[in-house]
Amino acid sequence: MARGALALLQGLLVLALAPGVVGLVRWLKARLQNRRGAPAWQPYFELRKLFGKEVVVSENASWLFRAAPYVVFVSTAAAALLVPVLAVPLPIDAVGDLLVVVYLLLLGTVFLALAGLDPGSAFGGMGSSREMTVAALAEPTVALAIFALALSAGSTNLGQIVARTMSDPAAALSPGHLLAFAALFVVMIAETGRMPVDNPATHLELTMIHEAMVLEYSGRYLALIEWAAALKLLVFFALLGNLFVPWGVAVVLTPAALALALASLVGKLAVLAVAVALLETRVAKLRLFRVPELLSASFVLALLAVTSSFLSR
Amino acid sequence: MTLDTPLAAGLAMIAAYLAGAAGAVILPGSRAGRVVAAAGAIAGATAGVVLAAGVLATGHAFALHVPALLPTGGGLALRLDGLGAFFLALVGVGAAPAALFGVGYSAGYAGRYSLRWLGAMLNVFLLAMSLVTLADNVLTFVLLWEAMSLASYFLVMTEHEQPDTVAAGAWYLAMTHVGLALILVAFVLLMPPGAGSAFADLRARAIALSPAIRNVVFVLAVVGFGSKAGLVPLHVWLPRAHPAAPSHVSALMSGVMVKLGVYGMLRFALDLLGVGPAWWGALLIGLGAASALIGILYALMEDDLKRLLAYSTVENVGLITIGVGAGLLFASLREETSAALALAAALYHALNHTVFKSLLFLGAGSVVHATGRRDMNRLGGLIRRLPWTAACFLVGSLAIAGLPPLNGFVSEWLLFQSLLPAIGSPAPLVAPVMTLAVGALALTAGLAAAGFVKAFGITFLAVPRSPEAEHAHEAPATMRAAMAFLAVGCGVLGVAALTVLPRLAALLAGYAGLAAAPPVLTLGPSLALPDGFGSMSPPLLGLGLALGAAGVWLAVRLGAARGLRVGATWGCGRIGQTPRMEYTSTSYAEPLRRVFAEVYRPTEDLTIDVHPESRYFVQSIAYRSEIVPWFERYVYGPLVARVTGWAARTRALQSGSVHAYLAYLVIALLVLLAISLAWND
Repeated sequence: MARGALALLQGLLVLALAPGVVGLVRWLKARLQNRRGAPAWQPYFELRKLFGKEVVVSENASWLFRAAPYVVFVSTAAAALLVPVLAVPLPIDAVGDLLVVVYLLLLGTVFLALAGLDPGSAFGGMGSSREMTVAALAEPTVALAIFALALSAGSTNLGQIVARTMSDPAAALSPGHLLAFAALFVVMIAETGRMPVDNPATHLELTMIHEAMVLEYSGRYLALIEWAAALKLLVFFALLGNLFVPWGVAVVLTPAALALALASLVGKLAVLAVAVALLETRVAKLRLFRVPELLSASFVLALLAVTSSFLSR
Repeated sequence: MTLDTPLAAGLAMIAAYLAGAAGAVILPGSRAGRVVAAAGAIAGATAGVVLAAGVLATGHAFALHVPALLPTGGGLALRLDGLGAFFLALVGVGAAPAALFGVGYSAGYAGRYSLRWLGAMLNVFLLAMSLVTLADNVLTFVLLWEAMSLASYFLVMTEHEQPDTVAAGAWYLAMTHVGLALILVAFVLLMPPGAGSAFADLRARAIALSPAIRNVVFVLAVVGFGSKAGLVPLHVWLPRAHPAAPSHVSALMSGVMVKLGVYGMLRFALDLLGVGPAWWGALLIGLGAASALIGILYALMEDDLKRLLAYSTVENVGLITIGVGAGLLFASLREETSAALALAAALYHALNHTVFKSLLFLGAGSVVHATGRRDMNRLGGLIRRLPWTAACFLVGSLAIAGLPPLNGFVSEWLLFQSLLPAIGSPAPLVAPVMTLAVGALALTAGLAAAGFVKAFGITFLAVPRSPEAEHAHEAPATMRAAMAFLAVGCGVLGVAALTVLPRLAALLAGYAGLAAAPPVLTLGPSLALPDGFGSMSPPLLGLGLALGAAGVWLAVRLGAARGLRVGATWGCGRIGQTPRMEYTSTSYAEPLRRVFAEVYRPTEDLTIDVHPESRYFVQSIAYRSEIVPWFERYVYGPLVARVTGWAARTRALQSGSVHAYLAYLVIALLVLLAISLAWND
């Protein structure tokens, strides 16, 4: 029972934390670029502002355009609920494994892509087409990285992967794990629309992907989509942090263990935020047609991860 | 004598289909004829499902032997075991909605094409497909198989005056007969000399055969049935023939008939031949992976909605074949639980594909019915004009893209999970094959999501790009009911995974390489696989998503501003949006076409006319691009050219002179006599 409550609690925590992580990345990026930058909690104000505004909907848009933000938000939130954040094992592990998380995120992407097409603007279509291209090419990498993890853990269950790595610390440094981590990191960059794949700070440029797709959204719909995007970033951070470096995740439900889990979670998120901010400051955006090369490189990394997991089992 | 239920159901099935066919012949052209043909088909499908359900529930095979019919080949032998019953049920599930849809859809054919022929052949086709699953000796099987092929050929040829249809029919006829020839050879190799040709005799004979012959039989069966299933590179007829047929027939061909190719392979591999070497499974995984990838890659590039769906059938048959291959591989390694799970996943995907592909083809049929067009570049905006069709097509698209919590997701998850037990396997072949399969499965899933966003988004969303799409109208009630039935099926088969999977595993128990008892699945509220490989709960997932959506909607409704204003789409300050500014099917797939340019090798032709005064004033731009699949260009192209060349040369014999023909007769007679003399010596 306590574990069930904790699963809900950590879901709420993730929902609350997500905009802050995006704000942190933005603030770090600003500091790295010698700008002052808005404080890390700026996204919360933005969400409040957006929820308070009226919505403008294109006259060409259908019901799908108005339903999509809800689908995107709920599917991403469901994925966030399944990811181990504070403690393992939780009863919610039985509802969905790592594959379910990935496909829930894909469900959100598909609805965003459909909503991008709906108003009939060239921008939305362009963003939609590019987003689905990137998503399609990132998919095999994710699956192979999962396969590599599952090969060493004997399961695709998130709780079990965490528990297995904790019980066998050497596994965390095995080539299979390291390669899978690298592959998933690249996928994270691509899936969350970060540089060098996409530029989250751009508007009305021909290079953009995600922003082009959601260009027609405003008000509460945009708020839901932005929040879902932040959640998606947090889901990937939590996966990278807790699956590959599981230490800190609580196994017993004592206040001390949970406090440590929270502290280690914040620490891991901060480290990953710094990594993303550094990357976004250091590298320029790739041309769209160079992105597949990056993704196929990550695919090769994942393939090597599987191969080494097979060899070392 | 009391008639027992299975026999009654079996006879009712045959009688209903025949009555439907007769009704279509007696009452042509009228609404009554269409209704009777459909009613016969629906009654036959229902009886078939009842028969199959009886066999699946009791576990007792149903048998019927009529020696008086077909006396030379051992009589008409019918027997329905678990495997056959599954496929019989699958035929019924696909047949009923397709027939219902046909009532409204074929109304548009009245006066243009023969409704008598269409209704009769539809019922014959369904009857042959249903009975193929029961065939228990070689002659019965081959005759029914051929009846199925010919009936579907006639159905493909419904719109016989279109040049494309004629070409499609020719491809289909040629490929299906090449397949039949190979299947025949496989049977002949298995048949004991002198003894009977019942499947029981074949089974007994297979044990005694040398491994080399068994391998040959297996490969022949895979190629022969693979041509019907649409495995690469034997799939070339499929994207031609399936779209050419009337849409409800396309649904049957793609949703049901290709599965009987899978049935044939399973019948040989799991039943007649017995457990084979590990490379049988590896071969199927390789073929499946190639089919899945090539199918979805070409589906992505299609602008024709029905051809896109047909290519996606190639993809899904590939996925099913990966599951079958994994099952055979595990079976030959004596890992019975893993084998049963992989095969159950394959069967599950086959059933799911029947439901969502039938749904999508019926949806495409509704679009064709409303607009007369299949070219997605000329559609768009149909979600407002065909709201029912759009909603159903959306459900089908999400299901086929493998998105939770619909049925496609469940079976793809199972397929993926069924490859995982490779961890424990010591065999050297397993690791590379399974890695390949996982990579192919995942890339296919990603591309399928992109492909079906395109199929739905470009067809139904945005602004219409042609007058026909602008003035489209919703389908009549029968067509809507058929689509709604299948759309509900997509949801039910997803959520009901906890009920479906154990039954599939149970029906497979006892076949070659599988344990006599089905694997034990710990089923609580979620689907937990043996050895803790993974767990997932489709009902909880569906419930969670539904509750979450309702909760978020309510919270936003209560907590956020409610204002909503309708305005023009943002066009960078440009006033007046026209449909020409939209993304089309071709432009949507353009990034992926560039990424996979090495596979597609498109031919492009760009002509820019400029003003004579200055080259900066462009007057017109013409862009043409075409993708000819490389295997068609390099394999089938030369082959077809060679055959047509020979055919042209043989034409010289046909002089029109009776004297010459008489001379040929005499020569042929002499040659045959000479051969028979030489044979006897």
